[in-house]
Amino acid sequence: MGPIAAIVDEVRRHRDDGILQIKEAHEKGIPIVGTYCGYMPWEIIDAAGAIAVSLCAKSDEAIPAAEEHLPRNLCPLVKSSYGHALRGSCPYFHFCDLIVAETTCDGKKKMYELLDRIKPVHLVQIPQRQDRPEDLALMKSEFNRVCRRLETLTGRPVTDEALAASVALRNRERRGLRALWDLSRRDNPPLTGWEVQEITDYIQYHFDKKQALVWLEGVTETLRQTEPERDLSAKPRVLVTGCPIGGVMKTLKTLEESGALVVCFENCGGQKEPLKAVDEAKDVMGALAEKYLTIGCSVMSPNPHRMEALERLIDEYDVDGVVEIVLTACHTYAIESHSIRERVQSLGKRYLAVGTDYSPGDREQLATRMGAFVEML
Amino acid sequence: MAIVSQVIGIDIGSVGAKGVLFDGSIAASAIVPTGWDMKETSRSLLSSLAGGKDVTALPLVATGYGRNAVEGARRTMTEITCHARGVRFLHGEARTVLDIGGQDSKVIGLDRSGKVVDFAMNDRCAAGTGRFLQMMAHRLDYSLDDVKALSCDGEVQPLTSMCAVFAETEVVAHIARGVPREALLRGILRAIAARAAAMVTKTGLTEPLFFSGGLSRIGSLATLIGRELKTEVAVHGRSPLAGAIGAALIAWEER
Repeated sequence: MGPIAAIVDEVRRHRDDGILQIKEAHEKGIPIVGTYCGYMPWEIIDAAGAIAVSLCAKSDEAIPAAEEHLPRNLCPLVKSSYGHALRGSCPYFHFCDLIVAETTCDGKKKMYELLDRIKPVHLVQIPQRQDRPEDLALMKSEFNRVCRRLETLTGRPVTDEALAASVALRNRERRGLRALWDLSRRDNPPLTGWEVQEITDYIQYHFDKKQALVWLEGVTETLRQTEPERDLSAKPRVLVTGCPIGGVMKTLKTLEESGALVVCFENCGGQKEPLKAVDEAKDVMGALAEKYLTIGCSVMSPNPHRMEALERLIDEYDVDGVVEIVLTACHTYAIESHSIRERVQSLGKRYLAVGTDYSPGDREQLATRMGAFVEML
Repeated sequence: MAIVSQVIGIDIGSVGAKGVLFDGSIAASAIVPTGWDMKETSRSLLSSLAGGKDVTALPLVATGYGRNAVEGARRTMTEITCHARGVRFLHGEARTVLDIGGQDSKVIGLDRSGKVVDFAMNDRCAAGTGRFLQMMAHRLDYSLDDVKALSCDGEVQPLTSMCAVFAETEVVAHIARGVPREALLRGILRAIAARAAAMVTKTGLTEPLFFSGGLSRIGSLATLIGRELKTEVAVHGRSPLAGAIGAALIAWEER
């Protein structure tokens, strides 16, 4: 086995380590805080002495349980999150003491009201604009509330020093992930999009952050210096945007099986959050509010940061085509896809929007769409 | 090695399976119902194309929903690419293709050279497809020939629901009220035309527009789509074969 294959194999073998780490932390009395969204400030949770964990929202199997309370015609991610909680099938949810959630889309916001009956939810009011002083002021005051709530949970004050240390660690992770992803800017990237996702997921679910970063930085260096075992240079280069794809990995699988190489993920779980770091030179709470407010999510109106990020990434990653994944009933991404299509096509790049949900029933239709898109590139 | 003088293109759709034997022009063609056993379907398609000869050694490209079930295919391509190729064979100037088949409808944008530059497909829904029309016609006890014979001008009962299941309920309610079935059928065709036109507009209409797929055989539907889009709608008697022709052209180039 070559060094690249060995790295991918290692990640696959350790996929479920995170669950054991959280169980052990819980048994040691370390508070566990669940989140569902990139808007939630990891740094504050870390500085309070708790462990932040992204809760399960990716499985189709959890949806029937959710539909006992939620409407069927709702985003599968929202339904899956709630279904996992309701039927106790998310180990991370089981061990978490508090959920810090956010008012991004309407579906999530109202679902959290029901979720609060199962586990305590602290709801962060996210502004829907990013450009006015009052938006930043609201974000900052909401983040201050998160600090107070977490202090009550952990009994440990959230100091500026602790925050600064957490910011530095998280920024290192952002740089580390982007350095790994940047390898896909090469003509012949060492990893497929699928493998990049596997490694990214592994980092996200490894809760000894320092240890994970040392590993990530080492692996990135190895990949940088190793001659790739495969030649992926002839494949059309695709950027994936839109909704999170954790629950619809079938889209990534089908796209790459059709012959494309996904070189960049602009969406949540990809560049969306780590693209910008927290400014370590500024007052820490202000800098945190400022950073998180600029996330280019479609719930923002207007949403210029997503367009800017897309243009930048299309250029940096030398992308041939953009595939947008829109989950069923995700109105904000579905509507924004019209502007994204116009912008992408104005750059002379091909664009495909695919609507899907967590069920496997549309595999053939996806294969046709993805296949035709790749044939077009 | 002998010079290959004939190739085969096969398009297995959800309702009909189409095959073309190509030697620089269309030497033979066949259309059979897809049925449930696609392997068997492709075998029977091949034997009707062969006309008693052995065609197993000929280069074959397969497309359509059932493309992976075709035995002996040299390669498979999606129906988007094959349709585009086939349409340009039938109509060399076409820039926008509207294709309404049995279970899906699609719009394909072509550049001057005929290369696919954009496309859209209906997502996971039978609304506005051949299956939709089939269900509605069945409810009204109309055959395909009856549907083809209907003039698009006359009394219309608009249909407000495009979901295949809800539309049937709506049609049943109108039948119960005594609405003439001609008026209902016109309403159904108008609803399909409006939906198809919206899909074309969304993808972007560059003229000339070519209408293919099973539903393009219904003249009144082509007329209604043309009225919606205020453009000429080109059709071709062999357009149901477009996908198979496109597959054959690809096999021909790579023979």
